[in-house]
Amino acid sequence: MIENLVNGLVLGGTYALVAMGLTIQYGIARIMNLAFGDLIIAACFGTFVLYSGFALSPVLALFLIVPLGFAFNYFIYQIVMRPLVARAPNSEALEVDSILVTFGLLFVIQGILLVIFGGAYTSYSYLNTPVNVLGTIVAANRLVAFVLALIFGAGILFVLFRTRWGTTLRAVALAPESAPLYGIDVNASARLAFAIGGALAASGGVVVSMYQTFTATAGVVFTMKALIVVILGGKGSLTGALVAGLLLGVVETMVAAYIDPGLTLAATYTVFLLLLLVRPSGMFGKAG
Amino acid sequence: MNSLGISWAGSLTRLAGGLAAASLTLAAATGAASAQETDAVTIGYAISKSGPNAGGADMTVTPNYELWVHEVNERGGLTLPDGSQRPIEVIEYDDRSSAEEVVRAVERLATQDKVDLILPPWGTGFNLAVAPLMARHGYPHLAGAAVTDKADDFVERWDTSFWFMGGGEDYTHALAEVLIEARDAGTINNSVAMVSVADGFGIDLVKAARPTLEEAGFEIAYDKAFPPQTSDFATIINEAAGTGADTFIAFSYPPHTFALTKQAQVASYNPAVFYLGVGAGFPVYTNISGGQMEGVMSLGGIDPDNALNAEYRARHEAVIGRAPDYWGSVLIYASLQMLEQAIERVGLDKAEIAKELSTGTFDTVLGETKLENNQLRNIWWTGQWQDGTFVAVAPGDRDGAGEASLPKPAWQ
Amino acid sequence: MKQTVFILLGLAVLALLAAAPYLLSDYGTALLLGMTGYITLATAWAMFSGPTRYVSLATVAFFGIGAYTVAVLSEVLPYPLVLLVAALIGLTVAIIVGLSTLRLAGVYFVIFTFGLAELVRQTVTWWEVNVTETLGRYIFLPFEGRHIYWQLLALLVVTLLISWWIGRSRYGLALKAIGDDETVAEHAGINVPGLKLALFAISATIITLVGAIQAPRWTYIEPSIVFNPTVSFLTLIMALLGGPSKLWGPMVGAIPLFLLFEWLSANFPDHFSILLGALFIMIVFFMPKGILAKLEDLRAGGAS
Repeated sequence: MIENLVNGLVLGGTYALVAMGLTIQYGIARIMNLAFGDLIIAACFGTFVLYSGFALSPVLALFLIVPLGFAFNYFIYQIVMRPLVARAPNSEALEVDSILVTFGLLFVIQGILLVIFGGAYTSYSYLNTPVNVLGTIVAANRLVAFVLALIFGAGILFVLFRTRWGTTLRAVALAPESAPLYGIDVNASARLAFAIGGALAASGGVVVSMYQTFTATAGVVFTMKALIVVILGGKGSLTGALVAGLLLGVVETMVAAYIDPGLTLAATYTVFLLLLLVRPSGMFGKAG
Repeated sequence: MNSLGISWAGSLTRLAGGLAAASLTLAAATGAASAQETDAVTIGYAISKSGPNAGGADMTVTPNYELWVHEVNERGGLTLPDGSQRPIEVIEYDDRSSAEEVVRAVERLATQDKVDLILPPWGTGFNLAVAPLMARHGYPHLAGAAVTDKADDFVERWDTSFWFMGGGEDYTHALAEVLIEARDAGTINNSVAMVSVADGFGIDLVKAARPTLEEAGFEIAYDKAFPPQTSDFATIINEAAGTGADTFIAFSYPPHTFALTKQAQVASYNPAVFYLGVGAGFPVYTNISGGQMEGVMSLGGIDPDNALNAEYRARHEAVIGRAPDYWGSVLIYASLQMLEQAIERVGLDKAEIAKELSTGTFDTVLGETKLENNQLRNIWWTGQWQDGTFVAVAPGDRDGAGEASLPKPAWQ
Repeated sequence: MKQTVFILLGLAVLALLAAAPYLLSDYGTALLLGMTGYITLATAWAMFSGPTRYVSLATVAFFGIGAYTVAVLSEVLPYPLVLLVAALIGLTVAIIVGLSTLRLAGVYFVIFTFGLAELVRQTVTWWEVNVTETLGRYIFLPFEGRHIYWQLLALLVVTLLISWWIGRSRYGLALKAIGDDETVAEHAGINVPGLKLALFAISATIITLVGAIQAPRWTYIEPSIVFNPTVSFLTLIMALLGGPSKLWGPMVGAIPLFLLFEWLSANFPDHFSILLGALFIMIVFFMPKGILAKLEDLRAGGAS
């Protein structure tokens, strides 16, 4: 039981880490980013190249790839998203536009990765060593993901709730229409949030590449998992993404252990669909 | 390590070159049709270049098509019965891992491009999807990357179809033989833990394995299927370890094969027999297992003393930039060699080629090769990593078979 | 008078399309077949999503249900009955799903419908693996491309007629009201949930039939083949490109996109994804309301 709980939490750590970036992009920048998973995959390949080509350890690669992810998303927002935000008459229109445009972005990123790396399965072995947690043996690389999720989660929560900067971001998330009245530059805040979300995606990619086999076309899987976690946790809620991600990991592990590994994904979607019906705004979302 | 960096840098150049080529093609697209008036033999194929099937196609099928075309053209082209040579011109489409696309692409190749020959797509399902079309238009269908127990039925239904990878029963019978021997020698106990991916391949194999193993007197202590998207195997490995079975069998695809290996290492799960599915015979498996692949078993294998095969592997590495896998690649390549020799004997008449493939004897990387009821049976069913090579161990009575070395050494 | 001309013209085009397999190569027929399939999907999708503005990604769930029903029953029942059963299953699932989800709105509905498609796929897979122990199924129906094409063409005509009839009836006006403001529509005495449910059910049943009719073409069916999420995405994009709130919109979007995909995958098999993505982004930037609206804009601009 304890064993399954630990395994579930460690697995959930990955989900949480990946989902936090998406929830920031969606909650604050109001961009539903369907290319999110492909950014993760791009970071996976980046890490792979640094590790296998230049023998740079993936942990060090974080310091290179995360800023790159930040910069890339900063520019994407400025070039692609901003005109859409500017022209959208309301948030529904922006939602549809952002879904479509990031869907296009998804194919562009995936296509570039396909041309460079081909369609082959890519994987390497790093930090694949056992660590004893409460009597359960878990892989060190997965534990890194779990710890990173907690650190990033706590760090960003601190920024959001304890700094002036964070207050601005939250104001933009809550009331993008009235924030300018208080002298807040909505565009700069949204751009920043989008870039932070991208940086989180990049960090997720670096960590995930340590233990998961990836292909150029596997991004959609991450996007969907992250989307589920984001919706479960409540749009824009970091705490929600953390809790929902961990919860999903535990549910999957429990189902695999006590019911049938064949039903893990069916269980995920059942939990998700049920919660949507009972509480459409997610566990930590504000109703309405 | 270094070679990876180089090939990656090469890919960047490929990207730039590809984009330049793309814009050229764009300009020339309209004039392309008239350029075919050379005496080239047109060979078409639709393959998954994007979508979920791209990983498998890119490992086993596409590189061998490219290698073969490259080699034939380097020799001056396909030799025809009168001794003349004609180069191969390739028309390739991306089926985007969609069944409808692959069907339409093959229809296009047959009726629009009117190619001389069509090579098959990757995967059991897609090969079956195009089989009726290939038969209707009379193209010999060399189904390479397709594992099926129903090949006899298919040959009856589509008499120009040829099946090169055997069926689930072949692989599980061979595995059972190895297991029985090990049990009789006292190396392993009577209990087996088995998992399979919930996909065509996994189900076919596990369905064949259940009765085979039970007949052989084994007790199946754990038997679960997992969805193809599964990435975490901690629980499955724990449960399997909990049964105390000495044999672990996974009919898995590459992502699962790799993840199962890593998880087994982390959990220090050391069954005497560790048998995995597709991917364990990939060259990259050496890196993934951290160099500890010794003793791991899977489908396929090679005879390390077979000079023809060694030479093939070297050529593959030289031309494609990476080694082929130890299971399907060589079978696909052999099927292409058979095609080449059939053309040399009977020319480009599709029905004649099919007849020749069906009845002729060929010289391939597998040695002297002859199909039985349109099926290749000269396949290594089970292999094991031994001293850095994936050695064939079953069928044990064939020349060149290695001896299974059990129990597998523990992970370090 | 004008209407009679239109009807006659329509019948002539239809007759020509029906005769097309005799005039074209097999590949030409295959192109028409694929195109008709997507036009029908996009039109059916827009029937529900156009007026309600609910973006559904459940297309492939129903498409797959249709295909699977044929795979399971094709050797047990006569073909027309199989189609009928498929339609009934699609209808039932749609009503159950509709009853429970239509109060969700916006992105929640989008994600829910995507989740639904995955749930159906996982459940079918699990059932086949554990209960029937046959994951792949074979369909050996004696259909060639043109037979399937004719069935799809007939379904498309029916779909367009239903769509046209809805647009003209008083329900059509009510639906416009829902799209504009649901609360207002409610106050005006329109049974909004009932209407939405009815539309969802009709649209889903048509989509189920498209899957059922196309299935015999693949010979071999397994969940990863028939529950391919690309179907949902392509349908959505085609309808949006043409303009989902107009009768001909989905068709205007589906035809050029379908041909473009075909051309791209033939001429740029290695760069298909990049070009497709770039195209998408351009559509959003330059034709946000669809081709039809763009054409109208241009015409209005030219006139003024």
